[in-house]
Amino acid sequence: MSGILNSSIGRKFAMALSALFLMIFLLQHFTINLLSVFSADAFNEVSHFMGTFWLIQYVLQPVLIFGVIFHFIMGFVLEIRNRNARQVSYAKNNGAANSSWMSRNMIWSGLAILAFIGLHFYDFWLPEINTKYIQGDMSGLLANGEFRYFEELQHKFVDIWRVVLYCIAFIFLALHLLHGFSSAFQSTGMNNKYSKGLQSFGKAYAIIIPLGFIFIALFHHFTH
Amino acid sequence: MMNLTLKIWRQKNASDKGSMVDYKVSDISPDMSFLEMLDVLNEQLINNNEEPVAFDHDCREGICGMCSLYINGEAHGPDRGVTTCQLHMRMFKDGDTITIEPFRATAFPVVKDLIVDRSSFDRIQHAGGFISVNTSGNTIDANAIPVNKHDADKAFEAATCIGCGACVASCKNSSAMLFVGAKVSQFALLPQGKVEATDRVLNMVKQMDEEGFGNCTNTGACEVECPKGISLENIARMNREYLAASLKG
Repeated sequence: MSGILNSSIGRKFAMALSALFLMIFLLQHFTINLLSVFSADAFNEVSHFMGTFWLIQYVLQPVLIFGVIFHFIMGFVLEIRNRNARQVSYAKNNGAANSSWMSRNMIWSGLAILAFIGLHFYDFWLPEINTKYIQGDMSGLLANGEFRYFEELQHKFVDIWRVVLYCIAFIFLALHLLHGFSSAFQSTGMNNKYSKGLQSFGKAYAIIIPLGFIFIALFHHFTH
Repeated sequence: MMNLTLKIWRQKNASDKGSMVDYKVSDISPDMSFLEMLDVLNEQLINNNEEPVAFDHDCREGICGMCSLYINGEAHGPDRGVTTCQLHMRMFKDGDTITIEPFRATAFPVVKDLIVDRSSFDRIQHAGGFISVNTSGNTIDANAIPVNKHDADKAFEAATCIGCGACVASCKNSSAMLFVGAKVSQFALLPQGKVEATDRVLNMVKQMDEEGFGNCTNTGACEVECPKGISLENIARMNREYLAASLKG
């Protein structure tokens, strides 16, 4: 058991588990964001609950942040180790003949997503932390007594360049998930008779979720 | 008949820096194998008092796993399900330029020109790629133990791995997991292999990591380029075996 975390398979397994966790989080995030399209009130209520309930704030949020940091640090560690495993490159390499662009470029799509997470934290998470834990305002209300969450969301998507950046990031997210979903199941040993169904589900997830996020960003830009 | 330009990696010995060198060969028959084409080149070089190109080969019928070569950016060249010795020159056209390199991996150091040292695979096999059988004269016939047909077929498919190293060469991470996955699977699926299953997978993976192979990122390039069509399922099976063995050990 002690050697597992230092082994290549152990690292693969840890990478896959963190990926599965992040994919579940992504689905939850998408579901709440989608609410904002149908009902501002419902979105406000759920956002307030998520932003103030102790279990989410003090337990799940730190676990999520750990999961994100672990996933990208492990991604870099694997990339460095893998580059060391071939110190002399091929003069001619035809990677497209045997593998998908997504599978060969996970580090680049991952870096694009990491850059997006930085922007997303700057846009939403840091102001949220400032309001709640520095200014001490846990009410979730604007000066006029209405919830602030929907208003803040729409305000962020007024700027077309921010919307463009978000849409580009979601395209990279789709590319990352197109390989990452099935890869996570393969790494955890779940390549079996159900694999074809899982792969189809993975492709649908990898396209529908990012496309949905793009739709939500565009929806708020054009309806503000 | 074809006239070709060959760009070939030349390296005097393990410590030499090495470089790509251009050669011309003419009157190559499309019915020749790739290695026969290299024989023609070497005959030409020897006649000109030049050093022939060193490359590995033995059976020349796709069984021994000795021939290697990274041809035009792919292990064993552009054809599927064949080793370099089974690759025909009809896969190329008159006037083509063909780039020929050794399999590249830190764990496969170049010995000379296109020959690499693949003894890291032997050391992985020595670490656990076997079963212990009493051969004192009372050896039990393997067929005396009934084996489920599905498992027997899967084990046989895994056992067709010839250990050529195309999986490592094709993988962008130089991972040996298809090879090790096949060697673990061929025993893990059979009753004879169950006895040492835990030690086998732990020791073989440990040796694989010590040899400096990279981590599999599931690109699937190994499966596509494998001359024997070894499936990625074997890597998933090895992962399962390893995780179960780690929990036991």
